[in-house]
Amino acid sequence: MSTPLFQIRELTKVYRMGEVEVHALRQVTLMLDEGQFVVLLGPSGSGKSTLLNIIGGLDVPTAGQVLYRDIDLTQADEGQLTAYRRQHVGFVFQFYNLIPSLTAVENVALVTEISTNPMAPEDALGLVKLEARLDHFPAQMSGGEQQRVAIARAIAKRPSVLLCDEPTGALDISTGIVVLEALQRVNAELGTTTVVITHNAAIASMADRVVRLADGRVTAVENRTKKLSPQELVW
Amino acid sequence: MTLSALNRKLLRDLWGMKGQALAIAMVVAAGVAMYVMYQSLFASLSGTRSAYYERQRFGHVFASLKRAPQRVATDIAAIPGVSAMETRVVSGVTLDLENLNEPAAAQLVSIPSDRRPRVNDLFLRSGRWIERNRPDEILASEGFVIANKLAPGDQVRAVINGRLRRLTIVGVALSPEYIYSIRPGELVPDEQRYGIFWMDEKALAAAFDMEGGFNDVTIALAPGASSEDVIARLDRILEPYGGRGAIPRALQLSHWTVENELSQLESFGFLLPLIFLTVASFILNVALTRALALQRPHIASLKALGYDNVAIGWHYLKWGFAIGMAGIAIGVGGGALLGTMIIDLYNVYFRFPELHFAVPLRVVVGAATLTFVAAAAGTFGAVVRAVRIPPAEAMRPEVPMRYRRTILETPLFSRYLGTAGRMVLRNIARHPFRAGASVFGISFAVAILMIGFVFTDATEHLIQTQFWEAERQDVTVNFVEPRGSAARYALARLPGVMAIEPQRTVAVRVRAAHRERYLAITGVPPSPRFKRIVDRNGEPVRLPPGGVVLSQMLAKALEISIGDVVTMEVLEGHRPTRRVEVTGLVDDLLGLSAYMDMEALHRLMQEGDVTTGALMLIDQAHEVELSTTLKETPTVAGTGFKRAVLKRFREVLAANLGLSIFINLLFASVIAFGVVYNAARISLSERSRELASLRVLGFTRAEISLILMGELALLTLVSLPVGGAFGYSLSAVIVGSIDSEVYRFPLYVSRQAVAWSFLGIIGAALVSGLIVRRQLDALDLVAVLKIRE
Repeated sequence: MSTPLFQIRELTKVYRMGEVEVHALRQVTLMLDEGQFVVLLGPSGSGKSTLLNIIGGLDVPTAGQVLYRDIDLTQADEGQLTAYRRQHVGFVFQFYNLIPSLTAVENVALVTEISTNPMAPEDALGLVKLEARLDHFPAQMSGGEQQRVAIARAIAKRPSVLLCDEPTGALDISTGIVVLEALQRVNAELGTTTVVITHNAAIASMADRVVRLADGRVTAVENRTKKLSPQELVW
Repeated sequence: MTLSALNRKLLRDLWGMKGQALAIAMVVAAGVAMYVMYQSLFASLSGTRSAYYERQRFGHVFASLKRAPQRVATDIAAIPGVSAMETRVVSGVTLDLENLNEPAAAQLVSIPSDRRPRVNDLFLRSGRWIERNRPDEILASEGFVIANKLAPGDQVRAVINGRLRRLTIVGVALSPEYIYSIRPGELVPDEQRYGIFWMDEKALAAAFDMEGGFNDVTIALAPGASSEDVIARLDRILEPYGGRGAIPRALQLSHWTVENELSQLESFGFLLPLIFLTVASFILNVALTRALALQRPHIASLKALGYDNVAIGWHYLKWGFAIGMAGIAIGVGGGALLGTMIIDLYNVYFRFPELHFAVPLRVVVGAATLTFVAAAAGTFGAVVRAVRIPPAEAMRPEVPMRYRRTILETPLFSRYLGTAGRMVLRNIARHPFRAGASVFGISFAVAILMIGFVFTDATEHLIQTQFWEAERQDVTVNFVEPRGSAARYALARLPGVMAIEPQRTVAVRVRAAHRERYLAITGVPPSPRFKRIVDRNGEPVRLPPGGVVLSQMLAKALEISIGDVVTMEVLEGHRPTRRVEVTGLVDDLLGLSAYMDMEALHRLMQEGDVTTGALMLIDQAHEVELSTTLKETPTVAGTGFKRAVLKRFREVLAANLGLSIFINLLFASVIAFGVVYNAARISLSERSRELASLRVLGFTRAEISLILMGELALLTLVSLPVGGAFGYSLSAVIVGSIDSEVYRFPLYVSRQAVAWSFLGIIGAALVSGLIVRRQLDALDLVAVLKIRE
């Protein structure tokens, strides 16, 4: 077996919220393999977003180590983290975070303009089946469409890893399914390692691997062999 | 006293946006400071002046003449409307001061030794009044005494009617007649080289062969008396005695100068603060609109709790008022401070017994009223819009903003625009009012700064025109009396004199219909070497073969134009009266002038080769020797060395313009900083999510700063030419308002003036941009992205 894409060891994160110390992560150890579709499952406050943010180079841990291939993210400075995000990571958030003043294709171009080996913005939007909405502004699109633009924007640079924080959290079931299909397609066709955070247990059925978190600890890791397609999910 | 919960919220909300609130308050403060400064200066100066005039019985009508016997005084006193009158002997003398190389000058004015003058009484600062039978005692003007470091008991040497005399200063005095005093023919006061001496009437009359006579009259009018009627009668009485035409108080030099200053204070004291407060009102509106957008959920909660629209509206209106109040507090303090600095400057040029700066209560009330109107205007619209939203809707987040492609995004241009450029353009197009308000504010800052520099330029231009184009001589000499050609040859033989040009000036009254002015006609030699007729822009004007060339300002005053005929009554010699055609007008810078061919002037005067002075080119190496000789030459009434005059001129302007440029720079920076900072903070607040997204996508801090700063840079860039045009127009208005019969300014804007004002504003914009950039660095990526807008 090859080296995992991410090696996470003894990861601890303590926030200070005013006078209270919040232990978001308590010595989490986890390996994530290349090409996998991973679902991080857990209730609010379980530490899953903190874990995702640290993997994505948006946050730094209090203790422990995260290795991306042979890069130690825990030793990287601000500039190195920015470069890491720029070259290797794609993000998808619950609230899309598109630039309202740019059209769909321009939002994607935002990323391709600063990447070394991107796909054409039109192709990225084609992958999420938005060929017909290239020149629409965010305010002219539905939530599901906006989220698919966000996915296209995240994958256009051909990232090694796609990190999704509650990507269907703000969507209804049918729109959510279309978004999940887009994610699965990216994972299957581009082989992009995909990590999805959700508190919706149903989504776990489409994963290669399910990591359950509670109270800052990994409580269970399940490797699945039978993956369901998004249409087959039971909500 | 306990604060209500709502008021506590107000205070905390304001504290939360303290940077922005302070920036807006500073712009308000700048407007208030200007208002307080100008209005209080006006009140202080005009109040002090009226009290001074009243106490010292300042005259209403002034006349000078060649010589009239004392019995004529009875006729003058009998003119209806005259309540008090003094006849005097007034004459210019040359002084020989030990501390100066070049000769100084003084105006000798007679006073009675046994009583105080009935008109134009003096204020005795120190020493004592002159005593009878001590002909060499004088009172000297305070400015002269201070400038020459003299004191009562000191002596000055003066050439009086050709004889050198030692005069003893026994007292230091001030007169309402000489609040502002300037040596005739000069541009700026020079108290070291020009003073006023008051001397016993009999002694002065004896010295100038005026016993039993007088050559000057001052009159105080009875309440309600018409100065025009009195002047008409006085002129008739004095005409046989060489009367030079009486003038009303309004044309008296000192009064006119103070009055001119007052009218400028009055006009700028309203216009400029008003523009400042308008800018403040705009940015307050923009800032509050954004702040209230963030307050939407709070407004909904307050409504749900049962607060009505009026209570909530008043709560938010108070935001504006609180900022306005801070502006008033800072502005009143700042205005008082600047006013004190300016009054110190006034105290150098205007001699009052006491001139203090005070801020009258009504000025503070006026400033407060203006500010509250501006704050209410800026706040009201934003508050009404926010409060009108029904609570259920207010609970929901605001609908996302709609953007469109801008008209600038043509296929060709788009290619060069890039994504960041597109974001900047579309964001500006999305908020046209806000962008407009920013551009207006920044342009105004450019304009304010430019005005300061334009005046420096105008002054340089004036110096160039006046001292190098119009008057190219090194030394100007005026004789006590008109003299024949021998005097000219005598001057030519003096040490260091290289070339000489005779000067003939004749005092005349120029009349057209019922309008008239008193001035001197200058005779122009066939090919003038030194004194040339030059227009406002420094271009020499050729004298037509016949007729008279007048200042354009004179033509305006007389309501005549080229081809018209004016009546010229000569006020000396045989006093001929002639009708002369106006053959040319010159748009010149100083005073009211009339020029005639030298030969024609001699013919008019029925005289030979007579001169009243000379212009000389000298060898600088002999300057000291020459000035010493001139000091001791009895026929010379006055001399002007260009080098000294120019040096003094520059000193005076450096002090004046230095302070005004400092004030302009201060205010322009405040406004530019306030506007840009406010715009930057609002952009940052609205777009933090967008910018955080970009950071997550892998954009560096520098790259996202560029997007935020790009917008500010573009707004600033657009404001520069707009501000340039604005500054030019404002300068034109100010130059126009300064235009008077005494002096005019050229409107001349140099590239340097434009460059410096642009650079100043770019600097202020950069500083505020960098401060916001630091806040951008502190942006919490994760937190921002987790919130739903």
